[in-house]
Amino acid sequence: MSTSTIDRLESSRRAARASASERSISKAEGWRRRGPLLPALIFTVIVTQLPFLVTIWYSLRSQNLLRPGEDLFVGLSNYVDIAQDSTFRQTALNSVVITLGCVLVAMVLGIVLALLLDRPFFGRGVARTMLITPFLVMPVATSVLWSVALLNPTYGLLNWTLGLFGIEAVDWTSTYPIIAILMALVWQWTPFMMLLVLAGLQAQAKDVLEAASVDGAGPWRTFRSITLPHLRRYIELGVLLGVIYVVNTFDQIYLMTAGGPGTASANLPFYIYQRAFLGFDIGQAAAMGVVVVIATIIVASAALRLIFRSFEVKE
Amino acid sequence: MSDVTRAYRRRTTGGVLTTLTWLLALAFFFPVAWMAATAFKQENQAASDPPTWFFTPTLDQFRAVIEGGSGVYVANSAIATGVSTVLVLLLGIPAAYALSIRPVEKVSDVLFFFISTKMLPVVAVIVPIYVVAGQLKVLDNIWTLVVLYTAMNLPIAVWMMRSFFLEVPGEVLEAASVDGAGLMRTLRSVLIPMVAPGIAATALICVIFSWNEFFFALNLTASRAATVPVLIVSTMTSEGLFLARLCAAALLASLPVIIAGWVAQKQLVRGLSMGAIK
Amino acid sequence: MRAPATAATAAAALALSGCAGAGAVGGDDGEQIVVAIVSNPQMQDAISLQDEFRAAHPGVDVRFVSLPENEARAKITASVATGGGEFDVVMISNYETPMWAENGWIENLQPYIDATEGYDTEDFVPSVREALSRDGDMYSVPFYGESSFLAYRADLFEEAGLEMPAHPTWDEVRDLAAELNDPAEDFSGICLRGLAGWGEVMAPMSTAINTFGGGWFDEDWNATLDSPESREAIETYVDTVRSSGQPGAATSGFGDCLTRFAQGQSAMWYDATSMVSSVEDPSSSTVAGKVGYAPAPVADTESAGWLYSWSLAIPSTSEHKDAAWDFVSWMTNKEYIRLVGDTIGWERVPPGSRLSTYEIPEYAEVSEAYADATLESMGGATQEAAMTHPVPYPGIQFVGIPEFQDLGTRVGQQMSAAIAGQVTVDEAIAQSQRYAETVAETYRAQEGK
Repeated sequence: MSTSTIDRLESSRRAARASASERSISKAEGWRRRGPLLPALIFTVIVTQLPFLVTIWYSLRSQNLLRPGEDLFVGLSNYVDIAQDSTFRQTALNSVVITLGCVLVAMVLGIVLALLLDRPFFGRGVARTMLITPFLVMPVATSVLWSVALLNPTYGLLNWTLGLFGIEAVDWTSTYPIIAILMALVWQWTPFMMLLVLAGLQAQAKDVLEAASVDGAGPWRTFRSITLPHLRRYIELGVLLGVIYVVNTFDQIYLMTAGGPGTASANLPFYIYQRAFLGFDIGQAAAMGVVVVIATIIVASAALRLIFRSFEVKE
Repeated sequence: MSDVTRAYRRRTTGGVLTTLTWLLALAFFFPVAWMAATAFKQENQAASDPPTWFFTPTLDQFRAVIEGGSGVYVANSAIATGVSTVLVLLLGIPAAYALSIRPVEKVSDVLFFFISTKMLPVVAVIVPIYVVAGQLKVLDNIWTLVVLYTAMNLPIAVWMMRSFFLEVPGEVLEAASVDGAGLMRTLRSVLIPMVAPGIAATALICVIFSWNEFFFALNLTASRAATVPVLIVSTMTSEGLFLARLCAAALLASLPVIIAGWVAQKQLVRGLSMGAIK
Repeated sequence: MRAPATAATAAAALALSGCAGAGAVGGDDGEQIVVAIVSNPQMQDAISLQDEFRAAHPGVDVRFVSLPENEARAKITASVATGGGEFDVVMISNYETPMWAENGWIENLQPYIDATEGYDTEDFVPSVREALSRDGDMYSVPFYGESSFLAYRADLFEEAGLEMPAHPTWDEVRDLAAELNDPAEDFSGICLRGLAGWGEVMAPMSTAINTFGGGWFDEDWNATLDSPESREAIETYVDTVRSSGQPGAATSGFGDCLTRFAQGQSAMWYDATSMVSSVEDPSSSTVAGKVGYAPAPVADTESAGWLYSWSLAIPSTSEHKDAAWDFVSWMTNKEYIRLVGDTIGWERVPPGSRLSTYEIPEYAEVSEAYADATLESMGGATQEAAMTHPVPYPGIQFVGIPEFQDLGTRVGQQMSAAIAGQVTVDEAIAQSQRYAETVAETYRAQEGK
């Protein structure tokens, strides 16, 4: 990751904040500074990294819980199997599609809704309250609600509504499983994006907007040249947090399509879960986990670097 | 164009936009409203074709959920959510301080480490966790969930609170340090009051994620430590109708968080806008 | 990773809790047992009757964990296989029982049975008792048993001037379904499971494969899913459900089919005999009393129905085995059947476990329409009657080997995709055959040893 970029950013910030003498921190001062950080850091390292080490160890063994007594060291053969597993590649692709699809659509909708809410109108508080609710309801419940009450081909409300317009019933969860899952996910995450963007809009200096309006800039131009650049950091944060949470989506896939039909809508977490809790093939599941972890770190570093760079431009 | 027609046009556009906003708000809220309505139905009304719009509301489903011994689940969820959120703040506030106001070296590496722990799939490690927890006899123990939820929310909390701290003007802190105030006092009497909305927003987000957490709860608890999402899933059955019962349970289960979110939404917007990202 | 637990985590958890096993140990004098069951209606009835058990066994405090089938199975298997020890009583099936007994994961219940007066094992339905025993000892005891049969709307058949044959074949069922199918009215000729999963689509489909003379493996552990017989069965099943089945077939399991059939939107439904408790319940079904029942569709065998039993076992890790047996025997003895009948209703009695159930006059009255069909199906649910040739594994609609949960689900995913039209039947069969062959290789290697 681009430590240099961030270091520069950090040092410029520090310089602005503290006196020059603090640049060369004494040893004692260094530990005084580290002190408050250590409990959180040590806790996180222990709780998250040790199990990962155990996972790596498992990934080098062939162990199936259902066949006790078979526990062998097999080196990298689990990884070789993964490389040849076409389902693994397909579910990886699904992960990308679901994550990006959800985050981008939710962000666009979130921006639109935030802009609509950022103007005074009758009942604004109530409308905002209604709009944030999907983010608060338990995903376990809403997944079932979507698949059973809304998208069911026989008595689902969506098909009933489409029927009013003469559109034939669509079998959402089996014909368009990824779209069905995206509907539930976008519905859940749009309020989150909307809240972030709304926060950005309300932090915007009103005098700049007024000046623009006096200059005769139309609303669209004001939005593009002033509001959007101002919102950029909020949007990036939304995308980052969105990706972090959505890439690990499990509840919706588990409860709405069970990854099906076939493995058409399975993402990596769901596929690994199946290897672990249906196959009880611990070695395979662990190896897949390790591969996903490495891939995620590579992608995440790239994404974070991008975001940090944009901050630097800002400063 | 005269001022009158311009004002008129602005009013009409305003009317159109307001109507659009309301339509979207209703559309987003509709599934929740439908869930609430379904909770007052009988099972065969809940899964009927065409949908049942008018019916005599019944409290049967709520009664069944409450009498079915949901108290334990709620208590467990309250402990897991409450204690883990407090722990996150206790660990996270000093950490955020050490990453912003008087920063350690390699801030970006530490931040990256925190955030990277959030990106890794939990499913990849659930089996080792399960096996180890089983050997340590801490399966079906609510404190296991407390620890896990703390670790789950800590990284995001550190990130969010750090950005709030960065917003605090330097002069204020210098004044405090000139007074000779120690870390705890600076935190308590100067910093925390200034970033209270941010901390409230962080806490609310932690509460939402731990209250709704399903995967750990499903796999690591049985009877004593099971939380509300497990209760919701246990109302499902592969043989028979369950939608109305599930909706009743889901409505009751979501109410605390929904109400908290509704009450605190201004805090949330203010908190997020104060620090959002730095 | 998000937040795994470890030694240190656990230590922290203990430190935090102040006392180990916080809240786990009740202050009362009695023993506490934890019972993991599947949240089907009959099991929920048992939970609602727990006060009766408490009254009879004041020293035992029962706690229930009730989850849908898939979640319950994953959880129970993980717990028992790793010796997690959370449960004192687990609900498993005739798929797990023989394997787990062999692994020593569950207690031999025979000594407990012999020491319990009036616990009449001869009264269990013979095919079920056989499936839950190893060397003559029972390792789990049935709470209910089921086979599969064909439910059809007798009223609509009469209206249309059609007749259900006494022993329908798959070809006849396909023709009848086509005749009655009316998609314009959202009415389907038949409901068949299509949801991926070894306990979902693969259960009815495997019975078809068996009766057509196909199978998963032949006696020498060769995978035979692509044999001409298996292929014909799979094609018939997929074609029937695609042309005359319910919409959304590829994601519908038992529950979806039940909803549809009970709402009067399907003419036939081939599924578990346990459907009757919901189909014949007027409060949840609009077709109660209008349904006829025929044996499972056949081709080259005399019967085809599956055999499945939810039964109770005691994990070897349980520290309260006697209390656990108290509960197990309470939930599976003859009196329990009467208790359900008297307090909840005779149509809610768990069927298919005990022969004596069918001799109770009250039950005979409510079950008139389906009692004979159920018993006949269960009686015919043996490998000898439902298959054309011997196979090297136990099970009818499943293959009694540990790999089958995974294999069955993978093959189920292929079949589900074929039903959805995402792949062709040929592609699904070819891929499934490869999966099965991989498993077969390990068994051939073992045999060769």
